[in-house]
Amino acid sequence: MENRAIFSGKLLPYLLILPQVAISLIFFYWPALQALQQSFLVQDAFGLSTEFVWFENYVNLLKTPEYYQAIGVTFLFSALVVFFSMSLGLLLAAMANHNIAGVQIYRTFLIVPYAVAPAVASVLFIFMFQPGLGMIARAMQRSGIDWNPVLNGTHAMILVVIVAVWNQISYNFLFFLAGLQAIPKSVIEAAAIDGAKPMRRFWTIVFPLLSPTTFFLIIVNITYVFFNTLGIIDTATGGGPNGATQTLVYKVFQDGKAGADLGGSAAQSVILMIIVVALTAFQFRYVEKKVHY
Amino acid sequence: MVEHRRFGNLLPHLVLLAGVAIVAFPVYLAITASTHDNSVIANGQMPLYPGSHGLDTYWQTIVSGTGRTTRQPVGSMMLNSLIMALGITAGKIAISIISAYAIVFFAFPFRMTAFWFIFITLMLPVEVRIFPTYKITSDLGMLDSYSGLILPLIASATATLLFRQFFMTVPKELVEASKIDGAGPIRFFWDTLLPLSVTNIAALFVILFIYGWNQYLWPLLITTRDDMQTVVIGIKKIIDVHDALTEWSVAMATAVLAMLPPVAVVVLMQRLFVKGLIETEK
Amino acid sequence: MANVTLRDVRKTYPSGFEAIKGIDFDVADGQFCVLVGPSGCGKSTLLRMVAGLETITGGEIDIGGRIVNQVEPAERDIAMVFQNYALYPHMSVYNNMAYGLRNRGMPKPEIDTRVQEAARILELGSMLERKPGQLSGGQRQRVAMGRAIVRQPKVFLFDEPLSNLDAKLRIAMRVEIRKLQRRLKTTSIYVTHDQLEAMTLADMLVVMNGGAVEQIGNPLEIYQKPATTFVASFIGAPPMNLMPLRSDEISAQLNGDGRVAGEAGLLGIRPEDFLISSEAVTGGIALELTVEAIERVGAETFIYGARKNSPQALAANPGELSPGDVIVRIPGVEAPAIGAKIRAIAPREKLHLFSADGRKRIDL
Repeated sequence: MENRAIFSGKLLPYLLILPQVAISLIFFYWPALQALQQSFLVQDAFGLSTEFVWFENYVNLLKTPEYYQAIGVTFLFSALVVFFSMSLGLLLAAMANHNIAGVQIYRTFLIVPYAVAPAVASVLFIFMFQPGLGMIARAMQRSGIDWNPVLNGTHAMILVVIVAVWNQISYNFLFFLAGLQAIPKSVIEAAAIDGAKPMRRFWTIVFPLLSPTTFFLIIVNITYVFFNTLGIIDTATGGGPNGATQTLVYKVFQDGKAGADLGGSAAQSVILMIIVVALTAFQFRYVEKKVHY
Repeated sequence: MVEHRRFGNLLPHLVLLAGVAIVAFPVYLAITASTHDNSVIANGQMPLYPGSHGLDTYWQTIVSGTGRTTRQPVGSMMLNSLIMALGITAGKIAISIISAYAIVFFAFPFRMTAFWFIFITLMLPVEVRIFPTYKITSDLGMLDSYSGLILPLIASATATLLFRQFFMTVPKELVEASKIDGAGPIRFFWDTLLPLSVTNIAALFVILFIYGWNQYLWPLLITTRDDMQTVVIGIKKIIDVHDALTEWSVAMATAVLAMLPPVAVVVLMQRLFVKGLIETEK
Repeated sequence: MANVTLRDVRKTYPSGFEAIKGIDFDVADGQFCVLVGPSGCGKSTLLRMVAGLETITGGEIDIGGRIVNQVEPAERDIAMVFQNYALYPHMSVYNNMAYGLRNRGMPKPEIDTRVQEAARILELGSMLERKPGQLSGGQRQRVAMGRAIVRQPKVFLFDEPLSNLDAKLRIAMRVEIRKLQRRLKTTSIYVTHDQLEAMTLADMLVVMNGGAVEQIGNPLEIYQKPATTFVASFIGAPPMNLMPLRSDEISAQLNGDGRVAGEAGLLGIRPEDFLISSEAVTGGIALELTVEAIERVGAETFIYGARKNSPQALAANPGELSPGDVIVRIPGVEAPAIGAKIRAIAPREKLHLFSADGRKRIDL
């Protein structure tokens, strides 16, 4: 950026960045600071006085089993989505990379899930999986599986995972496809001449060369589960049963709505902020390593 | 694939078809359901092909509401969604492009500070500051309003980063030539930079429109009036009633309507979308 | 150890485009065969067909007595060196070379022996743990060759391996490749667009143009007796002078030979076959030229001269000569001034005669 041809201007640049800075200040930094501040306070039952309690809110948080459950739920959810959505995305991308006719048509269909709101996607799947009503739910009843996401925590988790996997397939597919297309064809040919059959080629050459994309997508998928699945959970399971699908973000949402413990809710938000920072930092570190040669 | 087996091309097609089937099935089902009478659906007897109730259902959904579950016709919800989505898209593009312009093409004190200031907002999605942001919006009197729906969401950094990255590839000779031609910074922006940026803007448009249209948490929090609801929130209210009473045909019609604009945008602007997606993540 | 035989090999694309139009030749065991020709002539396509990377629509390719049309590349017992090396970026040099052997289930000690031996021959010993990204162009090239030689295949295939190197390195590597091939005695097919590379490397030269073979022979043969005007002007730099026979000046001089006098046709004379002299020359050619330009390259000088009465266009040849100019080579740096008139003579045995369409060589 040093060699940029520069305009001189005393007032103009400030005017130009003003809107963004102003909005960031009002709607981002100020609330973030508020959350930070609130996390160190405890309000009394009537909301009349507040007391500065250092890290007591955080400590209390770490003592509540529900919080640990939320951590567990979030990690399990992330792991499942990362594994299934990325595997499916990779499989489809690998197939689409074969230079077959009609790739554009396939791609057109496969990017649809990206455009569907998580909450709407959730409704689509609820329609299929609602006990008693949904096609798939009834098929499961007929084959003896007692499918009931309302009562069974595992079933509830399976449901939201399916929705999330579906929602994220497009993103994974597109990025894996781009990653695959970036591998020079001659390297694959050399491997073929070197006696590597297709499967072996895939695991020893293609997959390692995809690792920057893979790392990147892992972070993106985790971020998605952390922050974009609220709509799914809210429509499909409401966080239940018994917190089986209550992710960290959903817990903040529910606790905040209940309105009881502002300090605790703020502390949760701050912890989430730290996690985002870590994830983003990770992501930018790995994006640096995009090119191999 | 290097090998030239006779059936080599069959496998990819099969897998991709299976993939497309899985991906498209829920959508297809929703479309089908929206064309059947609700009682057929509730009985669990809905066939897999579309029925004949489509017109009725959609009319009910869009225009008249259904009295029982929604007091609000989806038509007005779609309008709210549209205003919000376009507002967010236009807002984000506008303020990001000028910020990026300032950061790249001007030297001023605190330039890098401003950049980091904006960059850090990348790490603060609305989900981590839900309630404090709500409080501020409320204090500003923006609840249940379009500005409340739009403004708090337009400052995130992705678009700014994209524009910055793009602007840095603009050859400096272009700027110098403009200066020699007597163009000031604003001229340069309008006459030269903006036209060059059209593809990026279009690509961003797709991504941001989808982002804006599909917002869930924020509209849910700050709108309480029925007539300010967006269609993505409206869906939840339709199925929130215990399922025996849910009018599934209407729910599915609403879902289809909720999906239509963003899917249409993505499909029609596919190439730009893919390009934009990959660029923004670099 | 094997020979490679091509019998009426053809390739037509689904669009109807005929890329390879019926090619026949035989590369004997241990020979170094070079396919040379301009871009788009099909040489790389042909090489890839031998490798199995492109399909064959007609004819047969035979490696070591076995017809390999339907055989996958991995089964053909060939090794290939690509133009951009195609090394595995995420693997060390050692693993790049060992990969092919591991795929074939060779035991580790034997792999190690072969890799170390190849590394020794190619002087890669100190780089075995590095990744391709840390190597220079020439080093990567050697790794690509190492990868090929550890396999001890029946045939080496080279697809313009030196094109990405700078001129000096290219010359050095050229010599290395030749020495290596002589030592290993592996049948090799080498593709290049550089006629100098072709001349210096080949035991057997195949000149290609537009998907077909123009001439096959050893380099000297091809240089001294080109079969078509294409070969005549492609091989040898600066290119052979080609002049239409119909010009009075020339046919008058060649008079006495029934075949030649008054016929349409093309006469070819290489720049180095001219002598500047005022001697008489029976049965040969003497041209009066006005010097238009001079190029000194140190060891020799090239004179560009215009023939008197000469606006007749010369036969079209691969883009080198401007119409009317004749190139004459003289050794050393002493040259006539621009505008001077000189007389260039060439004896009969140095003349090349071609039919008017340039496709046939006529013996004088």
